[in-house]
Amino acid sequence: MASELSSPAAPPRATPVRGGEPQVIHPPKRRLRGWLYVLPALAVYLGFAIWPAINTVRLSLLSWDGILPATFVGIENYIKIFRDSALFEAILHSLVLIVFFSFIPIAAGLLMTALLMGKVRKGMTFFRVVFFLPQVLPLVAVGITWRWLYSDTGVINQILDVVGLGSFGRAWLGDYQLALTALGLIGTWSMSGLCMMLFLTGAQKIDPSLYEAAKLDGANTFRQFLHVTLPGVRKEITVAGVITTIAALASFDLVFVTTNGGPAGQTNVPGLLVYRLAFNEGDIGGASALAVVLTVIVMTVVGGIRYFTRDRD
Amino acid sequence: MRGGVGLRYGVLVLLTVMILVPFVGIILAALHPPGAQLDGLSIPDRWSWESFALAWQQGNFTALMRSSVLIAVFVVPLSVVLATLAGFGLQILKVWGNKTLSFAFVMGLTLPIEVIVVALYFNLREVGLTNSYTGIILAEAALFMPFGVYWMQTHFSNIPGELVEAARIDGARDMVVLLRVLLPISWPALTTLSVLYFMWSWNQFMLVLVMMQDPERRTAPGGLGLFVGQYTTDIPLLAAACLIVVAPIVVVYLIFQRSFVSGITQGAIKG
Repeated sequence: MASELSSPAAPPRATPVRGGEPQVIHPPKRRLRGWLYVLPALAVYLGFAIWPAINTVRLSLLSWDGILPATFVGIENYIKIFRDSALFEAILHSLVLIVFFSFIPIAAGLLMTALLMGKVRKGMTFFRVVFFLPQVLPLVAVGITWRWLYSDTGVINQILDVVGLGSFGRAWLGDYQLALTALGLIGTWSMSGLCMMLFLTGAQKIDPSLYEAAKLDGANTFRQFLHVTLPGVRKEITVAGVITTIAALASFDLVFVTTNGGPAGQTNVPGLLVYRLAFNEGDIGGASALAVVLTVIVMTVVGGIRYFTRDRD
Repeated sequence: MRGGVGLRYGVLVLLTVMILVPFVGIILAALHPPGAQLDGLSIPDRWSWESFALAWQQGNFTALMRSSVLIAVFVVPLSVVLATLAGFGLQILKVWGNKTLSFAFVMGLTLPIEVIVVALYFNLREVGLTNSYTGIILAEAALFMPFGVYWMQTHFSNIPGELVEAARIDGARDMVVLLRVLLPISWPALTTLSVLYFMWSWNQFMLVLVMMQDPERRTAPGGLGLFVGQYTTDIPLLAAACLIVVAPIVVVYLIFQRSFVSGITQGAIKG
């Protein structure tokens, strides 16, 4: 890690604009010609991300099956979302998933950080590499693996048997009450390492003298963590919150291969219903409206997190 | 104090076990013969590689791997080059409207793929780009562009201004500044970005599911998503298929773990 800090790729910290900028006077000609450099990226981005996104908004105002001519229905598709309990519940489920994709992983990540910080000890790199590993895997494979772990004859029930809790055993993802929790815990497994890595990066930048000062004041390891480390990684906690919350709200891959929304719609999430409405049921308008609502929720929540954790000083 | 260290390692080992149990489980499962009935973690009576061979053949992984590699081979360089050019234009040349443009790119980071994919399918259908590699490649490049542009911009903003200034005084043109001055010191940033792009391209699922109807042209995770529907009960086969799909990305992760980690964390720091 140390060698990385000295390389040119060294951590660009929060502030996008800072001291080291070229103090060149930019003649108007260059500022115009520079567009040639931005144009290709902009064209691809506008054409294949922004234009479709705008079109999804347009489609959300139509009643269309994808084949026959569409009719304009105004905001009817949106009203349907709030009337249809299945659609509305899907949104609630994705909000519940935030607990498992975001809150618990942040807590777990802080625990891992506390354990791995400080003096370099034997095996610390090993633990980091292992803890982060789930984050790089395709969620489809993660989902298939956990579907088996959670099954009737799976590893989870086997472990419960061994510790004498065999009577709690069940097909977890098929359980009406617990399916969403079981699904969420897969997210916890996958996201905790990411949070840890963010916090460790942040913790590396804390001035060591703060720890010395805390020690002189008689603070034990736990208090040092609470009063020095935790405030020091505040920014990273925000970032972790934003990334994991988006992953929770917009989840699709994992649900698609594990429960596909079952049992009885208990694990439906917006992403799954957007896909199903648009590409299985031919309700393009409804799918688009739900996608737009999802986007608004993501942006609101992300905006909220950034507002409440902004620098007040 | 000694007790503290013991406890620390105890908790670390416990967490390691929790993270690794699924891996151990699936590796053991895959080493059973195809069709074997499993009960949790179990050592196979007879170690067998047959599940891998059968999964590869039944899942048509030769074709799937070829698609995955083909898409990644185009997406990664294309996205990296476009993001670098854009980052250069926005951060070093300070093109007209650079603040607005940067903001427009960053906003893309919060766009969920769901809001793009629905209309994208119908837009691309009109121009005959569904079921085509070109369509997927351009769509992935667009999806990854906000992060790449943001990443290269932050990277360029950390390069001392005097460096560019000096080259300018020597009369270097924009392209020369980029290729001769900035590029040689940007390899770590570019490597990180490439590795991340490779990972995202390899793991992309929804886009492939929607855009590629032809099973022959799906990517490895895309094919796996359908494979699971056909062989629900054959655990060794499914486990082997999962490991086949996961192996390339795990190898890349272990080789480039420094880049992965620094990339994901640094890129994410946007406050």
